[in-house]
Amino acid sequence: MIDFEPDDEQQLIVDTVRQFAANEVRPRARECDESRKLPLDVLQQSHELGLVANSLDEAYGGGGCRSALTAALLAEELAWGDLSIALAVLSPALLALPVTDFGTPDQKRQWIPRFTGERFAPASLAAVEPDFGSDPFAPRTTATREGDGWRIEGRKCLVPWIEGGDGVVVLATTDAGPQAFVVPRDAPGLGATPEQNMGIAGLPTVELELADVRVGSDAALECDAGRNVARILQRGRVALAAAAVGVARAAFETARDYAKERHAFGGPIAAKQAIAFKLADMAIEIDGARLLAWEAAWTLDQGRDAGREASLALQQARRIALEVSDAAVQVHGGHGYIREYLPEQLLRNARGFACFEALALV
Amino acid sequence: MPISFDLTENSIAARDHYHRMAEEHMRPISRKYDDREHELPTEWVDWYWKNGRGGPPKADLSGPADGFVQVCIQAEELCWGDAALYLRMPTAALGGSAVAAAGTPEQKQRFLAPFRGDGHPVWGAMAITEPGAGSDSAAIQTTAALDGDEYVLNGTKIFVTAGEGASQHEGGFVAVWATVDRSAGRGGIKAFVVPAKTPGMRLVGVEKKHGIRASDTATLVFEDCRVPRENLLGSATVKKKGASKTGDKGFKGAMATFDASRPIVAAMAVGVGRAALDFAREELGRQGIAPRYDAPPHLLLAIERDLMEMEAELQAARLLTWRAASMMNRGRPNNLEASMAKAKAGLAVTRITQKAVEILGPAGYSKKLLVEKWMRDAKINDIYEGTQQINQLIVARRILDYPSSVLR
Repeated sequence: MIDFEPDDEQQLIVDTVRQFAANEVRPRARECDESRKLPLDVLQQSHELGLVANSLDEAYGGGGCRSALTAALLAEELAWGDLSIALAVLSPALLALPVTDFGTPDQKRQWIPRFTGERFAPASLAAVEPDFGSDPFAPRTTATREGDGWRIEGRKCLVPWIEGGDGVVVLATTDAGPQAFVVPRDAPGLGATPEQNMGIAGLPTVELELADVRVGSDAALECDAGRNVARILQRGRVALAAAAVGVARAAFETARDYAKERHAFGGPIAAKQAIAFKLADMAIEIDGARLLAWEAAWTLDQGRDAGREASLALQQARRIALEVSDAAVQVHGGHGYIREYLPEQLLRNARGFACFEALALV
Repeated sequence: MPISFDLTENSIAARDHYHRMAEEHMRPISRKYDDREHELPTEWVDWYWKNGRGGPPKADLSGPADGFVQVCIQAEELCWGDAALYLRMPTAALGGSAVAAAGTPEQKQRFLAPFRGDGHPVWGAMAITEPGAGSDSAAIQTTAALDGDEYVLNGTKIFVTAGEGASQHEGGFVAVWATVDRSAGRGGIKAFVVPAKTPGMRLVGVEKKHGIRASDTATLVFEDCRVPRENLLGSATVKKKGASKTGDKGFKGAMATFDASRPIVAAMAVGVGRAALDFAREELGRQGIAPRYDAPPHLLLAIERDLMEMEAELQAARLLTWRAASMMNRGRPNNLEASMAKAKAGLAVTRITQKAVEILGPAGYSKKLLVEKWMRDAKINDIYEGTQQINQLIVARRILDYPSSVLR
C-alpha cells in the first residue's frame, strides 16, 4: 500500500538524529570546515547513539536492525547537520556493510566487532579513480592472483582517511570482473596522499596509490562475486542521494529563515514573490528528490535490484542539491558569498556529489 | 505502517485494466479527435458509458486499497491514452467533486444519480473562471440573488471544461460559483448547481485550443438563470470580511475541491508525460540508444542524460502526486502537498514533452506521430486547476507561514 508517512519507529529515529544533528553536528560545521579537523567527540557521541552499529549483525555485537530506508532517513538528518561530519559518522559502514553483505563468517568475525565496541572506529572505501573517464563499475585498478593471494595495482581518490581506521575496501577488476577487497591500511605498497578539495573540507580524504600491494586470499569479499561491486555502488548512490537531500534541506531552511529576517523596501524579502517563489521551488524539489531516494532505499529493502532507482535518485538529488544551495547563496545576496554564512559552504559541498561514489552506504 | 512504495493488488489490477482501456479505446482515435476539434467522440463516449464505468472487473473490495492513489493511477493510465478524451468522458468530473465536497446527502443523491443510471451519457462541470477573474477567483463577478425560493444567476463563465456536455445534455449539471454579496469578498462566494438546459444558461461557444482539443472548453452566459434555493451547495450564511473563518463552506468549499482535484490533475499530467517518455525511450531503444544507469555523470552522452532526467523528473512528479493522494487516505490536510504535486507535475511534463519533440527531430514535430500532440496536451497541466505560479504562491505561503495579506 502506498504510504509515505514514517511509522513511529522510523519517526523516532528521525527525531533522535535530527536533534543530534541540530545540537551536536551543526554547531561544529563551520569550525570543522575551516580547520579541516573532525570533531572527534561528536564522532564518539554518534557511536554511542549506535548510528551505524545498530544496523550491524547481532552475532557480532550490532543491533541487528538493518534497513536501507532507515539508513537513508539517518543520512539525510546527519548531512543536514554537516556533510563532512556526516560522512565521518557513517564511515564505519563503508567497511562493515560490504563485509556483512559479501564476507565469509571468518571475515565478519575479523572485521565487524571493531565497529561495535566502545570506541568509534572509522573505515574507508576506495571507489573513485582519479583518471578522467574512469568508471567505478569497471575499475582500472586491477587485482591479479599471486600465489595464495592477490596483487593489487592502481590509483584511487576521494578515499575517506580518518585517523584510527584499520581497513579500506578497494574496488578492483580481476580476470573474472569487478571485485571488492578488504585491505589493511598498513599494507605495504599502500601510499596515501592527503587531498584538498573544494568542499567536504572537514573530512580527511586521500589519493591512494596501490603499488604491488599483496593481500591474502581472505581479502576478497567473494560472496556474490562479479556483482558485489555494483551492489556496493548502488547502496552508495542511495546513501549519497539521501545525504544530498539533507544538504539541500539545510540550504533551503537557512535561506527561508534569512529571507524572513532580512528586511528591504519596508518588509521581509520573503514577502516578495521573486524570493518566495524561489523558496517554494526549493521545497518542492527537495520533497521530490527525497521520495526518489526513499523509493530506491525501499527497493533495496525488498531485496530487489535497485540500479536504475539508485542512479535516478542520485542524479536528481545531486542536481537539486546544487540548485538549491546555489539559490540559498543567491537569497543571501552578498552575504551568501561570505564564509561566515552557511550557504557558501553548502554550495561547495553540494557540487561534490557530481563525482562522489560510495562515500556512504545504506 | 512504515513507509511503503508497494502498490496493492487492487491498484495493480486497476492500472492494468485502465492501461488496456487506454490502448484499445483511446489511442486509436487520439489523432482523429485532435483534428476534429469540436466533434463529440461518440465511439469513445458511448463505449465508456456502456462498458467503462464499472471499473476493473476483478477488483477485490475486501482487500487493502490504495484509495485516492488508485484514482491517480486511473487518471495517469487514461491520460497516457489521451488526456483530452479523458476529459471528455461522461462523468460528473469537477462538478461532482464540488457536490461531494460541499453537498448534503440529499444533494449528492439528486445530482449524482444520473451518472450511475442507465440513461444516456451525462456530464458534470465546474464553472469558476470569468473573463476578469482567473487565478484571482475571489474577484468573480457573477451574481446570485435570492428571489423567493430561487436564486437568480447573472454573469459569464469561461474555460468551463466539459461545459458543453454539462449544459446541453439532460441529466448533467454545472456547478457555478457566484457571489451573493460582493461587499463580503470571499465570504459571499457560493456554489450553485445549475442543471443542464436550465433556461437562462446559454452556451455561447467553445474554445479553439493549443491542445486537449477533444475536450470541450465552453463559455456559458447566465441571464436571469433561476435555480431552486435547494441547489445552493453548503451554507447560505455570508461571513463578512474579518469574521471568523469557521464553517464558511462557500469559497473554502471551492478551495477544498482543489486540494482533492490537484493530485488528480497532477496524475493526469504524469500520464501525458509518460506517453511521450515511453515513446521516446522505445524509439531510441530501436536505434540502440539506452541510458547507462551505472555510468557516472561525466561519461554520459547528452541523449542519455536527457532520458534519465526525464525519467527522474517524471517519477518525482508521480511520487509527489501519490504522497498528496495518500495523505487524503489518512484524512490528513494536504493543501501544501497537493499544490507541490500540481506545480511539479505541470512543469515537469511540459518540459518532458517538449524535450521528446526535440529528441525525435522532425518525426517528433510531425503529425504522423502523437508526440507533438502530447506536447500540446501537456502544457495545459501547467495552467489549469491553479497555474504554476498560483501553486508556487500557495506553497510559499505555507512554508513561510505567511497569510495571503502578507504574501500577495
